[in-house]
Amino acid sequence: MDYFLSEEQQMIVDIARQITDERIIPNRAELDEKHEFPREILNDMAKADLFGVPIPEEYGGFGGGCFDIVLTVEQFGRGCIGVGTAFAANFLGVYPIILAGSKEMKEKYLPDVAAGKKFGAFGLTEANAGSDASGIKTTAVLDGDEWVLNGTKQWITNGGEAQIYSVVAITDRSRGPRGASIFVVEEGDPGFSCGPKEKKMGIRASSTTELIFKDCRIPKDRLVGRQGTGFITVMKTLDLSRPGIAALGVGLAQGALDQAAAYAKQRQQFGKPIIGFQAVQHMLADMAIGIESARSLVYSSAKHIQAHPKDMSKVSAMCKAYATDVAMKVTTDAVQVMGGYGYMCEYPVEKMMRDAKILQIYEGTNQIQRNVIGQEINKEYS
Amino acid sequence: MKIIVCIKQVPDTKDVRLDPETNTLAREGVESIMNPYDQHALEEAVRLKEQYGGEVVAVTMGPPQAEEMLRLAVSCGADDVVLVSDRSFAGADTWATSYTLEKALKKIGDFDLILCGKQAIDGDTAQVGPGLATRLDIPYITCVQKIREFTENKLVLERMMDDGFDVVRVECPLLVTVVKDINEPRVPSLKGKMRAKKIDITKLSADDIGADPACIGLPGSPTKVVKVFAPEPRGGRAVFEGNLDEQIDQLVDKLMPYLS
Repeated sequence: MDYFLSEEQQMIVDIARQITDERIIPNRAELDEKHEFPREILNDMAKADLFGVPIPEEYGGFGGGCFDIVLTVEQFGRGCIGVGTAFAANFLGVYPIILAGSKEMKEKYLPDVAAGKKFGAFGLTEANAGSDASGIKTTAVLDGDEWVLNGTKQWITNGGEAQIYSVVAITDRSRGPRGASIFVVEEGDPGFSCGPKEKKMGIRASSTTELIFKDCRIPKDRLVGRQGTGFITVMKTLDLSRPGIAALGVGLAQGALDQAAAYAKQRQQFGKPIIGFQAVQHMLADMAIGIESARSLVYSSAKHIQAHPKDMSKVSAMCKAYATDVAMKVTTDAVQVMGGYGYMCEYPVEKMMRDAKILQIYEGTNQIQRNVIGQEINKEYS
Repeated sequence: MKIIVCIKQVPDTKDVRLDPETNTLAREGVESIMNPYDQHALEEAVRLKEQYGGEVVAVTMGPPQAEEMLRLAVSCGADDVVLVSDRSFAGADTWATSYTLEKALKKIGDFDLILCGKQAIDGDTAQVGPGLATRLDIPYITCVQKIREFTENKLVLERMMDDGFDVVRVECPLLVTVVKDINEPRVPSLKGKMRAKKIDITKLSADDIGADPACIGLPGSPTKVVKVFAPEPRGGRAVFEGNLDEQIDQLVDKLMPYLS
């Protein structure tokens, strides 16, 4: 379908597509098998300026919006959502700085991010604080001119690979949700370390570790925005980043359909290609319907978010839940269309199906997305 | 430092047909790409610029459609591009092409290094690079697989050979042709693409470069393609493994039938 992209948007798509076809797809099986972080591919993306897409122009980026980043990660998702996750989670780590950081903080970090020299990660989740972010135990206490952080973050994407970590910590427990703040912790800060890489069902090219803070001392000016505004910034960050996850889902589903359709044309049974059987055709048709409707919703949501930055929660949640549910269904059906071959590691669809599952879980489970949507509907009809 | 990269638009090898009359490539209706070896030459030039500073100018002799390839060169890091184009250049063989490029480069001015692909994948002659250097009266090193150093107008290069490589020390100005092993060409960058969209392409005609009409295009091309054939494959090769004695035994076993 023609989505009438601008010339600049088409350039972004073309570059991201070329990186996906030439760098991601030929390497994805090996990265998955070895649980290897795609450092070289990320360097290619940096050379192609893609890390600058959502960074404001005054800090060396292109000043692109949610839609531009959606177009980029959709392509990467078609190749490997492990690689796409590493790319996207960088911005999850950087959005708090863009949304709430001071001018000095932006000047310090954003040009290096835009140039791909520094890489971000976002530290919110803890052992007892996942969907319920109010369970956060990590604390930050001001001691003279330094903040002292203590606690452990869990399952942090890009852990051990990033240089800039946006970390959520409680600065005043008595104030409830208004007692959380965000801090920038840098690789090498005293008292900060990352745990070993977790072994995962899918997205194995992305790195997932604990972030451990033991009397980690950082300068006072690493506080992002004002003290106590942490949760608000977290919510805005996630609202802004979820369409990116949705786009990974669209790309992944498209990649799975491409594999399944090509296979169905070539696989002969009962004397003809299996794409000639209505049972198979209908599966492929349903996959295509799901993908195109998800893509339309994700694109529209991203454009809405760009135009209405104060009204993003519901559309962001809708596109994330829908597109990632589609990705799970489509990848599962791609394995089904390909039968025994689909289940074998020689073909990419088994990896796609393993990978898809995380999309329904991270950046807010799809159940939490429905909570958000439900609450918004409740407000609208009150 | 100024690096000139000579690039050529060629038909995509996925779709190659020969004109049965002339024994040359049928180019009509075939998608064009930048000659892959030239992409490696351009990439190497851009890497040298990034490491040592300087300017990269990509030059092509070709029809007006070659402009598209020159814009691709800008999006991949070329600072400036020149299209040497004239109806009278049509039908040029490697003799006339190297003459035309010589005249064009003299018009463009001083340079320190010329980089070319080893050969173009359409004609496969590998003659234009050395021909151009000969006409410019500068040294050339072909089939370079690595540029080790580039300091104060001196280069240390690795020239690929059948059985390894030569290390060559040379001084600028010179012409180098590169093989694919030298690097992996980058994907165009967003900034580059935006620049490429706007760049004003310098165009040089036969008059602009002061070319002698008798030396360009079909009249300046003595080549006749008499016959086109695939070369005989090289003889088989065998690699013997094990310790030296075992390898010698295997070799003797292999040779014995020929001796008796």
